[in-house]
Amino acid sequence: MRDLAYLRPRSTGEAVQLFARQPIGARYFAGGTTLFDLMKLGVEAPATVIDVTRIEGLANIDASERGELRIGALAAMSEVAEHAVVLREFPALSESLWQAASQQLRNMATVGGNLLQRTRCAYFRGSPEFACNKRQPGSGCAALGGQNRGHAVLGGSEACVAVYPGDMAVALTAFDAVVDTLSPRGERTVPVRELQRAPGATPHLETVLAADELIVRIRIPRGPVGRASTYHKVRDRESYAFALASAAVAVQLQGQRVADARIALGGVATRPWRATEAERSLRGLPLTRAAARRAAELAFTGAQPLEHNAFKVALGIETVTDALMLAKDRS
Amino acid sequence: MNHPSTPPPAAPQLNRRTFMMSTAAGAGVAVSPHAAAAPDAPPHAGTQPTQVSVNGQPHALMLEPRASLLDVLREQLGLTGAKKGCDHGQCGACTVHLDGRRVASCLTLAVKADGCAVTTIEGIAAADGTLHPMQQSFVDHDALQCGYCTPGQVMAAIACVREGHATSDAQIRESMSGNLCRCGAYAGILEAIREAAPLMLRREGPRHA
Repeated sequence: MRDLAYLRPRSTGEAVQLFARQPIGARYFAGGTTLFDLMKLGVEAPATVIDVTRIEGLANIDASERGELRIGALAAMSEVAEHAVVLREFPALSESLWQAASQQLRNMATVGGNLLQRTRCAYFRGSPEFACNKRQPGSGCAALGGQNRGHAVLGGSEACVAVYPGDMAVALTAFDAVVDTLSPRGERTVPVRELQRAPGATPHLETVLAADELIVRIRIPRGPVGRASTYHKVRDRESYAFALASAAVAVQLQGQRVADARIALGGVATRPWRATEAERSLRGLPLTRAAARRAAELAFTGAQPLEHNAFKVALGIETVTDALMLAKDRS
Repeated sequence: MNHPSTPPPAAPQLNRRTFMMSTAAGAGVAVSPHAAAAPDAPPHAGTQPTQVSVNGQPHALMLEPRASLLDVLREQLGLTGAKKGCDHGQCGACTVHLDGRRVASCLTLAVKADGCAVTTIEGIAAADGTLHPMQQSFVDHDALQCGYCTPGQVMAAIACVREGHATSDAQIRESMSGNLCRCGAYAGILEAIREAAPLMLRREGPRHA
């Protein structure tokens, strides 16, 4: 691993200014659980890291506003997972964090960084002998004709079928969360749902954020729909593994009928995947297992399985169906 | 076993650890800024001043920004308890406490520990050598075979109890899933934590960390 320069700003403004003064190759650096890992693999090679973890006031979880929950970008995954308001109003968010990584990593990783976690595709993480359009644009995709059991069945392209690996972003997508960012061009707000790009012909462009754009907080609208929610994650082993298929689901019932439903998928798509058609199909219906299964099948409409991952369609349909029934039990 | 041909031990014995550490010049010695450019500078000597307390001992170090906390602990401070298993945050063998929270020291930039307190497996026994209740419980329950993962297991287990995650077998298993044991001593590890948890809580009170 090549050596690097290390900078430690005390404010978001200073961080953004420091970034602007660096020649090419600077990266914001927080928990380091993805970036340091990829630096050791040679996939990332920043000349400068800007350690944002000493910026004051960016780790707060602020529940004082009735309309939204505000989570500072530097809050640790473990802190958000056990926060009382998150547990009560957004159980799917808490569960998505508990079911991600290990407690060591959850103590280190920040929620801002976790949103930008990069794919676990072995060809992306592998050495340069493997083609990867995400790591080396134009080199091809070794996964398309290679070992693709863990890859995406939704949202892939001829250039890339790598899965978005995170869990929290899937829950935040279901809850219509947004992120506030800061760059030399000022502040802006981006829906979490639009943060990750579809790979298309340019899978090396993973998010809509510019390199110098810093996530400063996550905001989640508060309301009744979050309370009856769950994050259901199916893995090769029961703990400490990435999703084969997962679903963040929330339902709000009026009487016996569905007033609002949210369904977002993880582990099966190239980005956190909101299944709006499936949600619409449930509105006004009694939430029976049969209705849930029809919605789950709708969520996988257009799935394009590869040689080794056709099981993800069947598994994903079961995962969404079970998640809807679990959420119903909480309403 | 009888080894009649074994010669009497020479004094001092050069064990593997002493040999390994003696190859790292300056091991166990805090480095002054002026030593950074010396030809016999220790590994990871660099330009970033870093003040860190390790097991209660203050150190003023000059570090390469790319150095992991694990490498600095092992190669510069001579604390070889934390182990380098995978070096990618997947196995838990490098677990230490940073300001009271368990972390993977292999994925922690050492310079990020500036101003922080680090506790390693070397820092948990009493001054008189009495083992920490968690260490003693691992011994009592045969919670290890080869021992390589044990320092990380013990540090994770202590944190598990302090976090309040040692209240059921299922919780302990979930909370300890970031620490792999290739020998498969999991049953003993679970028993050790189950037994040590109330002892620790009596001594420290709940949510000590």
